[in-house]
Amino acid sequence: MQDQISSTLDFEYKYGFRMPQNYTFKSKKGLNEEVVKNISLIKREPAWMTKFRLKSYQIFKKKSLPSWGADLSSINFDDIYYYIKPVERQVSSWQDLPKEIKETYDRIGVPEAEKKFLAGVSAQYESEVVYESINRELKKMGVIFCDMDTGLKLYPQIVNKYFASLIPPTDNKFAALNSSVWSGGSFVYVPKGVKVKMPLQAYFRINSERFGQFERTLIIAEEGSYVHYIEGCTAPIYTTNSLHAAVVEIFVHKNARVRYTTVQNWSNNVYNLVTKRARADENSVMEWIDCNIGSKVTMKYPSVYLYGERARGEVLSIAYAGHGQHQDAGAKMLHFAPNTSSRIISKSISIAGGRTSYRGLIQIMPKAKKSSVFVSCDALILDEKSRSDTYPYMKIKENDVTVQHEATVEKIGEEKLFYLTSKGISKSDAESLLVNGFIEPVTKEIPLEYSIELNRLINLEMSGSVG
Amino acid sequence: MLQLKTISVSINKKLILKNLSYHFKKGKVYAIMGPNGSGKSTLAYAIAGHPNYKLEVGSLKFEGSDVTNLSPDKRAKRGIFLSFQTPHSLAGVNVFQLLRIALLGKEDPLTVKQKIEKIAKKLEIKKDLIERSLNVGTSGGEKKKLELLQAAVLDPKLLIFDEIDTGVDIDALRTIAKFMSENRYGKTYLLITHYNRILHYIKPDRVLVLMAGKLVKEGNAKLAVEIEKKGYKRVVSS
Repeated sequence: MQDQISSTLDFEYKYGFRMPQNYTFKSKKGLNEEVVKNISLIKREPAWMTKFRLKSYQIFKKKSLPSWGADLSSINFDDIYYYIKPVERQVSSWQDLPKEIKETYDRIGVPEAEKKFLAGVSAQYESEVVYESINRELKKMGVIFCDMDTGLKLYPQIVNKYFASLIPPTDNKFAALNSSVWSGGSFVYVPKGVKVKMPLQAYFRINSERFGQFERTLIIAEEGSYVHYIEGCTAPIYTTNSLHAAVVEIFVHKNARVRYTTVQNWSNNVYNLVTKRARADENSVMEWIDCNIGSKVTMKYPSVYLYGERARGEVLSIAYAGHGQHQDAGAKMLHFAPNTSSRIISKSISIAGGRTSYRGLIQIMPKAKKSSVFVSCDALILDEKSRSDTYPYMKIKENDVTVQHEATVEKIGEEKLFYLTSKGISKSDAESLLVNGFIEPVTKEIPLEYSIELNRLINLEMSGSVG
Repeated sequence: MLQLKTISVSINKKLILKNLSYHFKKGKVYAIMGPNGSGKSTLAYAIAGHPNYKLEVGSLKFEGSDVTNLSPDKRAKRGIFLSFQTPHSLAGVNVFQLLRIALLGKEDPLTVKQKIEKIAKKLEIKKDLIERSLNVGTSGGEKKKLELLQAAVLDPKLLIFDEIDTGVDIDALRTIAKFMSENRYGKTYLLITHYNRILHYIKPDRVLVLMAGKLVKEGNAKLAVEIEKKGYKRVVSS
């Protein structure tokens, strides 16, 4: 039964394989106070964190599901495993991982990528980070890159100062859920003036059925520093649903720059409901590059709170929705200070009955004078069965600002396809070429290795969808 | 080389070409002329295999085999090339990407690149136009030159030029026509045009006149000169 690919999916999902489960600990199905306490106990957390988790659990119970966005009604919170500890301890050499876990990452290609162009790698399997490494030079310079649990143990002051200060558990139901059962994720700290030249990568893998992954990431870039963080994710194909509800908080201090790239490729049975937010101080730059290819449902709106003067926020995103998928994605830019600027470029593709929604919020506070906003969202619809919607919200409380909004909806026209096919290109290659061309403004911002992978993924999905 | 056997072509159920028969011979240059709406472009699209240009009756034979039911890409692979009257703009796709995929398995990307650069030089196409999105923000003349560039790299047997001379300034026309005439290498040309001016550079072996979807007159190069002097109506009715 291993490696079996569900027949309900008509394309080849390369990462749909599953591995045997020889786990150290698996919590009982469903969620209650005991489960929450147990997670904290196993992790030997300080009392304040246990309290925080329990309080968050109460908030989660009280909060209702969002009344807008994608359909979440079939999530059964009682039918999910909330915590799985795959191994006794974390390793820093791939060889030391259990065979089936090592094989998983080999097949995804993480160790290979690490050798070639990464400054650090963190690999999360189910609830825990099982592998971690960081370039020695960076370590010497004071850069911290570890899992969130280790971060809490070793750097309690920093964690205490920032944790949940940007995304409190009261923010939304899934932030509350994450706050109560969080496990794993990355803790990144870049000291003043340090520029991390090569990217740090975190890789998230779900292996079990009916599992919930709730990683928690905190990135702090001190004054004048730079870091590029990349995350990737995959899961096996099951007929039951899994849940991924992460929380990511980023603090970009004065003159610093953080780039956060996501290549989300969950299998089509995963609900991907993620809260991502960054605070940008004076003259800093925060860039989200958000590519959502997989999952059953995604609701994700990376945000930048532009707190400091001249801070700049960017969201470049790609959403691809095929059969049975709904990508409800977008961005939020909140301008609190004068001379702040933001740019959102969203490209969505829907095919074979898939649905994409762009949902964005631009908010300019009073006194955020001379701020500028540029929003461009383009949707490409490949057939009659597919759908795309745009929900842009603007709350502008200051007059002295520049706001530009462009939106286009395009269907791949028969004329363009004929133009290409008449030059000797097959119809499916012509469609891929046009789709890759359509997302090129975003893919050109991504490291080459990832943009190639992204184009390959989309081509693969498309060849299955139209074939 | 290309045989049209009593073809009738419709678009959206409207009949455009009516019972057209003709045998285009290998290595010859044909000028296809006619007033607006006479069916010249329809003929080009029908030969190239546009899915919306429905062949109601008749058949197309190319180099001895029936291509009537072949998709446009398969016709192109056999050696039919259409240079568009209004080439489409392709955001995020440059001419190298297009040709690399069109020649996949036939020529390696490096060779394709070298060919493009060499031909671009001959056609006086600026380097950035090759790297930029195809036909986005390019002038009429540049678009037509890029069509010609594609033709030269793809190396087809039959080339249909749908009004390569319109929207082109006189200098660009000279470059285009000169290139077409110097790089013909015995290929078959179908030149769809309103004017005689390109025919000063490339002398047609035969001139065909289409009116209201029918082939109404045929002659040698002199016919084009006559049309220019007298206009279609007088020439056809004489």
